[in-house]
Amino acid sequence: MKFVNLIRLAVRALQRNKLRALLTMLGIIIGVASVIAMMAIGEGSKQAINESLSSMGSNMITIMPYSNEPGGARLMGSSIQSLTIKDIDALEESAQHIAKISPLVSSSGQSINGAANWPTSIQGVSPDYLDIRKLTVKEGIIFSEQDLRSSAKVCLLGKTVVDNLFPGGQDPIGKIIRFKNIPFQVIGVLNAKGQSNFGQDQDDIIIAPYTTVQKRILSSIYFNQIYASATNEGASDAAVDEITATLRETHRLRTGEENDFQVRTQAELMTMLNSTSSMMTALLTAVASISLIIGGIGIMNIMYVSVTERTREIGLRMSIGARGKDILMQFLIEAIMISVTGGVIGVILGVTSAFVIPVALNWPTVISEFSIIISFIVCAVTGIFFGYYPALKASKLDPIEALRYE
Amino acid sequence: MTGRKILEIQNVKREFTMGTETVRALKGVSFDVNAGEFVTIMGSSGSGKTTLLNMLGCLDKPTEGVYLLDNVNVKELNRDELAKLRNTKIGFVFQAYNLLPRTSALENVELPLLYNPLIGTEERKERAIAALKAVKLDGRFDHTPNQLSGGQQQRVAIARALVNEPVMILADEATGNLDTRTSYEIMSLMQELNSNGKTIVFVTHEPDIAGFSSRTVMLRDGKVQKDTVNTDRRSAKEALASLPESDDY
Ligand SMILES: Nc1ncnc2c1ncn2[C@@H]1O[C@H](COP(=O)(O)OP(=O)(O)OP(=O)(O)O)[C@@H](O)[C@H]1O
Ligand SMILES: [Mg+2]
Repeated sequence: MKFVNLIRLAVRALQRNKLRALLTMLGIIIGVASVIAMMAIGEGSKQAINESLSSMGSNMITIMPYSNEPGGARLMGSSIQSLTIKDIDALEESAQHIAKISPLVSSSGQSINGAANWPTSIQGVSPDYLDIRKLTVKEGIIFSEQDLRSSAKVCLLGKTVVDNLFPGGQDPIGKIIRFKNIPFQVIGVLNAKGQSNFGQDQDDIIIAPYTTVQKRILSSIYFNQIYASATNEGASDAAVDEITATLRETHRLRTGEENDFQVRTQAELMTMLNSTSSMMTALLTAVASISLIIGGIGIMNIMYVSVTERTREIGLRMSIGARGKDILMQFLIEAIMISVTGGVIGVILGVTSAFVIPVALNWPTVISEFSIIISFIVCAVTGIFFGYYPALKASKLDPIEALRYE
Repeated sequence: MTGRKILEIQNVKREFTMGTETVRALKGVSFDVNAGEFVTIMGSSGSGKTTLLNMLGCLDKPTEGVYLLDNVNVKELNRDELAKLRNTKIGFVFQAYNLLPRTSALENVELPLLYNPLIGTEERKERAIAALKAVKLDGRFDHTPNQLSGGQQQRVAIARALVNEPVMILADEATGNLDTRTSYEIMSLMQELNSNGKTIVFVTHEPDIAGFSSRTVMLRDGKVQKDTVNTDRRSAKEALASLPESDDY
């Protein structure tokens, strides 16, 4: 039979049993729609992470103290102390691939302005820090080298801190606030950055010279971290090597001895987060794929029922000249029609939900053409695979026995 | 009106095994049909007429014996070859009509042509319309079987058998449900087809109908009881003309 006629025949058969066809398609519809929605969510969050990471500075490099002593617990961050001003000096002197560098010491505590108070953290840094972290000053100025040398009690405030310490909307510039009972003069206010991807409020900070925080608050000569930026994104790896070599030297580590610090690039962080979100996507997609398979089995089931129901029709068609192949194609195309129609509806639903989810749930989504193409192929294959056996069964019927079937 | 042998059956037997029981529907039937003959097969219910006709129509194969169609041993053909044979050479009218439900008369008649790759959409429709007109069913093209009377359904089935212009028409009680006038009309159509060279094998119960054919084979209990050439063959057209006019047709 000609292909057009086969298509027409399949459409007719489905039209006759609209509800049944729709219910059969349901598995495929749900499967395809969820595959597309899941992949859109996965891709969306991946892009959102990348965006926010690069907004934090894509050439950023962080150096943290790190120890991996045998027998002891792995320690990280401020509990071990290995980074000092010597490291910064050495890096400033020798490193070719580093554009900016700043230490970071931090301390949490209560900030007070008259009757208003707010629990926050102070970050002791050098002026380069603002560039590295892509922070910008909204009003006022950044502290100077002179302030660093004199451990001046000056600070810049993030928007959250401003909002909480100056609820009346007064201008904070020039005002004195207290942090852990030490008075600081506000010399600047930072532009708002919003939440980080990890749900952290990036505006809940006070920034001050690191010397001030070290001397007046922590009484320590160590840094929690060192932030640096590579001269450009491509130089990140070279910069890491340089930093490692320089720090091993200043820390007098012998060959074979482990690093007492850890160097991380933003690119690494990005890959790490992306691989996590890829894994999530893969997992969700796998779950969605299972519903596709179940949809396929549904089609197979209905096609078997349909073949049995239409045994007489098959017998008649054969007795007036249909070959086994014609019958096989008739039922196969019907099955493919079900699965592909289901696929189309599923794609429409999936794409619609990819538009609705960002609005309703505030999750970013990005529709990938890849997921749509894949869904289509999978649908067609599902139809062929699960439709083949019922169709084969139909094509093998004996005309006279089929005609006599009741 | 007779030519070369078109059908040749030799000692054909057909047995149906149902569990431990064996039904012997045909117990050794032999006869030939020449091209251009109009044979009626008669016999009481259960005598094996349908079984024999199915065999002649290449729908069923004999348990034993030889069936040559146009000098080809049907036993040696594969499924696809048989399908092609049924599609192009044989027009079969089933005792139970076997129309596709919920499908218009026109589409039912078009059906055999759908499986003939040489015939396009236009020609298919034209030929189906012509066949339906030949059985006096114009104006019923869009009716589905459940909107047609038994006799009308039977005529759709006949039209379907004619549409592929077969060399041979096999009809199983094609007038079984028709009134005398319509029966005669069908027989007149058959005679016309026969005079145009088509071979016809026609199963019937009614001796009256058998009178229109050129030969009658009597089956009894799975065997040929009598095989007689019809010397005073009646013309269905004349019989039709001699019928009293009635308004209720
Ligand atoms: N598929 C089958 N399985 C078992 N027995 C069958 C089968 N087909 C036919 N028979 C038997 O074969 C015998 C002949 O049946 P057949 O249908 O050929 O009769 P028939 O002459 O056409 O009768 P009728 O005039 O009533 O149509 C019957 O006894 C019937 O029971
Ligand atoms: Mg019968």
